[in-house]
Amino acid sequence: MSKAKPPEELNYEQAFEELEALVERLESGELALEESLALFERGQALSARCSELLEQAELKLRQLVPDDSGGYVETDFEVEE
Amino acid sequence: MLRLMSFFQAFGLEPKIWSVVDLTRYVRQTLETDYRLQDLWVMGEAFNVSRPSSGHLYFTLKDSEASLRCVMWRSEVADLAALPRDGEAIEAHGRISVYEAGGQYQLYADDIRPAGIGALFEEFIRLRDRLEEEGLFDPERKRPLPAWPKRIGVVTSPTGAALRDVLNVLRRRYPLVEVILAPTPVQGDEAPGGIVSALAVLNTYSQPDVILLVRGGGSIEDLWAFNDEGVARAIAASESPVVSGVGHETDVIIADYVADVRAPTPSAAAEVATPDREVLADELVEMRNALERAFKDNLRELRRGYRDWVVRLQLTSPRAQVANAQQRVDEGLHRIEAAIRHQLALRQAAVAGLSQTLRAVGPAAVMARGYSVVTRDKDGTVVRSVGQVEPNEGINVRVRDGSFGAQVTSSEEIDKPHEDG
Repeated sequence: MSKAKPPEELNYEQAFEELEALVERLESGELALEESLALFERGQALSARCSELLEQAELKLRQLVPDDSGGYVETDFEVEE
Repeated sequence: MLRLMSFFQAFGLEPKIWSVVDLTRYVRQTLETDYRLQDLWVMGEAFNVSRPSSGHLYFTLKDSEASLRCVMWRSEVADLAALPRDGEAIEAHGRISVYEAGGQYQLYADDIRPAGIGALFEEFIRLRDRLEEEGLFDPERKRPLPAWPKRIGVVTSPTGAALRDVLNVLRRRYPLVEVILAPTPVQGDEAPGGIVSALAVLNTYSQPDVILLVRGGGSIEDLWAFNDEGVARAIAASESPVVSGVGHETDVIIADYVADVRAPTPSAAAEVATPDREVLADELVEMRNALERAFKDNLRELRRGYRDWVVRLQLTSPRAQVANAQQRVDEGLHRIEAAIRHQLALRQAAVAGLSQTLRAVGPAAVMARGYSVVTRDKDGTVVRSVGQVEPNEGINVRVRDGSFGAQVTSSEEIDKPHEDG
């Protein structure tokens, strides 16, 4: 699990898919205590990350506008309600 | 009456002399029994358009050589998008009959549209058939939408209702995305070119996971840009899959045929392009339960393994070794039990939230940390919201080691974000 990213760097898809894979691995059994614990802890962190994303995500709004060189760039924008 | 007179004539009893009313009715019936005159479109320029207080609409249709009186009843006028203007070329639908008192035949209109719409429709059919033959609508061309979009491109007017609808749906349903707006006019002469370029710019500079091409409802002319051949080809050429959501449920336009997915409205387009966070939350709870179950099963297995080991050791090993091993096993078992207790407590807190944990700990422990419980004198209910109390109301405050009475002097609501969903 050393190459695993910190959960806060994962997006929902990544966190959920890793969680899914991890649960499958736990369900397959035959794990040493340390590994089982590590998986469980990682799983909890991932599921907390998913909850956080679901509850706290805020829609990001960008707009494509022409730039000086004849191309386009994305800039933030807001919609007047 | 008519039959009677014919009878007289047949016997040569009387020369045929019509009354005005009989003749008028006869003409009227003749016209009304000609099916070609009872369901027709007629084209001309509208003149003498008037709408008196009765609410009915009167006008005359003219071309270079003839004119036709027309009337449209109030109930039909109400359905018109716009009244014809003097001199406007229009097409009127209705039936021909006679206004007996005025001695005039006229068109009783039930629909009016600007001239040329019929031609537009034929053009629409021709283009649709041609593009279909080219294979632009083939089901094999349709690409699946990503299950987890991260960036959603939106092609529409920055000021339209469609954009607001889309953003509202995304905020409620799946706010985990980034929306990239490529603004363009969506009606008028500028619209087709604007839409084509917005699609191209999105594909070049943003490469979103999916593009929503949307516009709110309107008349068929308002939606016409979405029947443009260039727009159709730009949708087909888009690298990102395109969801169309134009107009209302009943409007079908060429963009709908070419798009990878056709949604009936802008809101529906946003819905089909995203997962629903309520569903995701349910899945997540299930996954969490599976995680806990799998972990507990694992621990149970391990525990059984240790016990077997103890038994084996006792049967086969010298005493000292057994004692030594026994100690290790005990340690192992102890760690497992502790791990189970610890992890289950953690999980409980995570799932049930803070309130659950607080309740488990008990109010005394919480109050010791400086919290207090406020109840209303009136009915003893616990105050959880500022809306529950009124100024001057008597309240009771319970702290760790006792309670005291108090009175509400003022209240203020603090805005809490994320509570609107």
